Amino acid sequence: MTTPEKDGFPGKGLLKGLGVTIKTMVSRAGTQQYPDVEPELPARSRGVIGLMESNCTVCMLCARECPDWCIYIDSHKETVEVPGAARARQRNVLDRFDIDFSLCMYCGICIEVCPFDALFWAPDFAYAEGDIRNLLHDRDRLGEHMAGVPAPPPHDPNGEPSKEESTAAKKGGAR
Amino acid sequence: MPVWLEIAIRVAGVFAAFLVLPLVVGQTEHKVMAHMQGRLGPMYAGRFHGWAQLIADGVKFVQKEDVTPAAADKHVFKLAPAVALIPYLVAIIVIPLGPGDLVAQPLDMGLFLVLAVVGVGIVAVLMAGWASANKYTLLGALRAAAQLLAYELPLVLAAASVAMAAGTLSLPGIVEAWRPWWLLWQFPALCVFFLAGLAEIRRPPFDAPIADSELVFGYLTEYTGLRFALFLLAEYVGIVVIAALTTVLFLGGWKGPFADADLGWLWTLLKVGAVSFVVIWVRVAFPRLRVDQLQRLCWLGLVPIALAQLVLTAAVKVSI
Repeated sequence: MTTPEKDGFPGKGLLKGLGVTIKTMVSRAGTQQYPDVEPELPARSRGVIGLMESNCTVCMLCARECPDWCIYIDSHKETVEVPGAARARQRNVLDRFDIDFSLCMYCGICIEVCPFDALFWAPDFAYAEGDIRNLLHDRDRLGEHMAGVPAPPPHDPNGEPSKEESTAAKKGGAR
Repeated sequence: MPVWLEIAIRVAGVFAAFLVLPLVVGQTEHKVMAHMQGRLGPMYAGRFHGWAQLIADGVKFVQKEDVTPAAADKHVFKLAPAVALIPYLVAIIVIPLGPGDLVAQPLDMGLFLVLAVVGVGIVAVLMAGWASANKYTLLGALRAAAQLLAYELPLVLAAASVAMAAGTLSLPGIVEAWRPWWLLWQFPALCVFFLAGLAEIRRPPFDAPIADSELVFGYLTEYTGLRFALFLLAEYVGIVVIAALTTVLFLGGWKGPFADADLGWLWTLLKVGAVSFVVIWVRVAFPRLRVDQLQRLCWLGLVPIALAQLVLTAAVKVSI
């Protein structure tokens, strides 16, 4: 038996239940037909990490900050003769940059910590492997992931301005 | 037309209705329930919106092993699905699809036969529950017995009201006598009959005998493969039969806005479809009644309403 509610007639709750279900039925289902239709993932989705090799200075910050040590970096130094300079300069050259996605826990610290913006999140997630060793992505594979990195979304017009912008404005005001 | 050919055609028609309509209702339930829950439901079987899902399910059920528990009463256990199905098959024989000859077997006491035969379903449930030799099936079966015995009364009383109004027990006769204003006059009986019918076929919200969160799967716990599929089929044939009876008794059967003589079958099917939709809708919208609430609704709600309706019907019938 239905209990009469405080305001309204007995059975109002039952009618409400029918109303909710029929309304849901006539509105569109939220399902995305995944294997047939690719999902639309927002920028910075934590799918896979892409490496922009030209930005990397082999500072090793990412490898050192990685909580589970899944980034392997090898490098050597190269001497660059600059004509007209007093002495030759040295430059780091990347030999190996591997990320082991079987260890990676997608915390994103490497991307946060990179001072030269060499690492990026790409939303591609479909890189499952039959053999766990194949989850070690080398620098070429990581470079390929860069193709999937979407443009960053525009700033929230009501949000706080970035640190660079606010300091620039402060300096401008001081001058 | 020779007699045997006519009989063959009628039997074929009954079997077609018996096998096709439940599948249509089942598929509609898949899709309607999914959309009511914000899902899509089956989308792959048969390529187009999963129309072949139930056929695929049927094929799967046939392939499964037919397990009979070691402690079960084997013969009763194996017989129960047939006992569950055949009453509904018999009921379909006397339900008219359209005016004139569009009924497998017009029977003067068709309503009586249908009500008697639908009541046999309880025997199948008790057989299944007892023969499985399992405490959950036994609990489910006894719940079902209590529920079906209780709800048989308002079902019969509501049907008696309309039979009294029409002055006949023949189902085509009731449709002949039906007038649109009966919708108002017999409205309480319609509600009682529909609710009692839902309880009779143990559909949610009256599915306490199955109650998968309490009793595993009630009296169906031990069934697998084809026998389980037959019980499922019985449930959906039950929906069709209850929807068809509601249509014939209370919604005017083949009478529609126009062309009753030619399109009568279409009106009947449309009304059966609409009532079946409500059965599905109620399943999605409402939670299961507890056993005591279920009995309370029957004895304190439906039975008094049905009795009052009988008085009303008699009074109106005498005065006109």
